[in-house]
Amino acid sequence: MGDTADRRSPLAHTADRFAAATRASGGALRLAELPFLAQVNVRLDPKGPAADAVGLALGMTLPLEPNTVVHGGGLTAVWLGPDEWLVVGPPGSQEGLQEKVRTAIGSEHASVVDVSAQRTTLLVAGRHARDLLAHGCSLDLHPRSLGAGRCAQTTLARAQVVLVPRDAYKPGFWVLVRSSFASYLADWLLDAAAEYTAPKATASAHATSEYAMPQFAETSS
Amino acid sequence: MLLIPCPWCGSRDEAEFHYGGQAHVPYPEDPASLDDTQWARYLFFRANPKGPLAERWCHTDGCRRWFNAVRNTATHDILAVYKPGEPRPVIA
Ligand SMILES: [Zn+2]
Repeated sequence: MGDTADRRSPLAHTADRFAAATRASGGALRLAELPFLAQVNVRLDPKGPAADAVGLALGMTLPLEPNTVVHGGGLTAVWLGPDEWLVVGPPGSQEGLQEKVRTAIGSEHASVVDVSAQRTTLLVAGRHARDLLAHGCSLDLHPRSLGAGRCAQTTLARAQVVLVPRDAYKPGFWVLVRSSFASYLADWLLDAAAEYTAPKATASAHATSEYAMPQFAETSS
Repeated sequence: MLLIPCPWCGSRDEAEFHYGGQAHVPYPEDPASLDDTQWARYLFFRANPKGPLAERWCHTDGCRRWFNAVRNTATHDILAVYKPGEPRPVIA
């Protein structure tokens, strides 16, 4: 890690618009970037001794079931493939994290790569979080299929993302997106969020109209 | 839109996948010993059935793993999916 004073996260320029949309939604949505999370890609034999050693070192077992995550010790291990994980930690922890994993692996055949700059993380939370994501995602986002402890690698508005539901925000998701796609995805999210961030007067006018749509989203969250 | 069941991730949109051509086409054991006709046959000749065909697919936007699928080329029914190294299932 070098000097952090001049670092700009991929969505630093979007912070104001995210904050404005969050305010305008009156609590229905919360949009923010969680910049600079430490991300370490780990590949190893899930049945080999390295898997257990890494689990012990990190204080968690690496998730073996597809599309699941394990939280522990401030870290989140995301299943990316049958022999591949993304270990996510607080900003700046990547070097210590790599060191820990490398030491645990010893001379076993494995790969440990710092990919913290590959993706940035978006927080999409609030009671309309699922409705917003559903505008551009074909997966069932209901908690019964994508609830706590699960994750999904898929496309959101045609951009590849990793969706991780977060217990702390109900409903709420981490959306991990490649840095070069982040601006596009942020623009898309803000555009898709227009119906939840419209001025209150418009929203109540709709609600009293005889053509008002039932608020399915309210009951599903 | 096809729904393709990734052996790891489950059913996903076709748009998340990348097509990899016919499965079970082994690289020649001794490529140098092949004459031009045999080499061309390995490179360019593929089955083209109307019906079940074993194909390779990659779940590019998901787990990024290659796997095999038996697809009916006439109906697009996916009859089976299986992991690399596993034998082609017998389709009735
Ligand atoms: Zn997959």
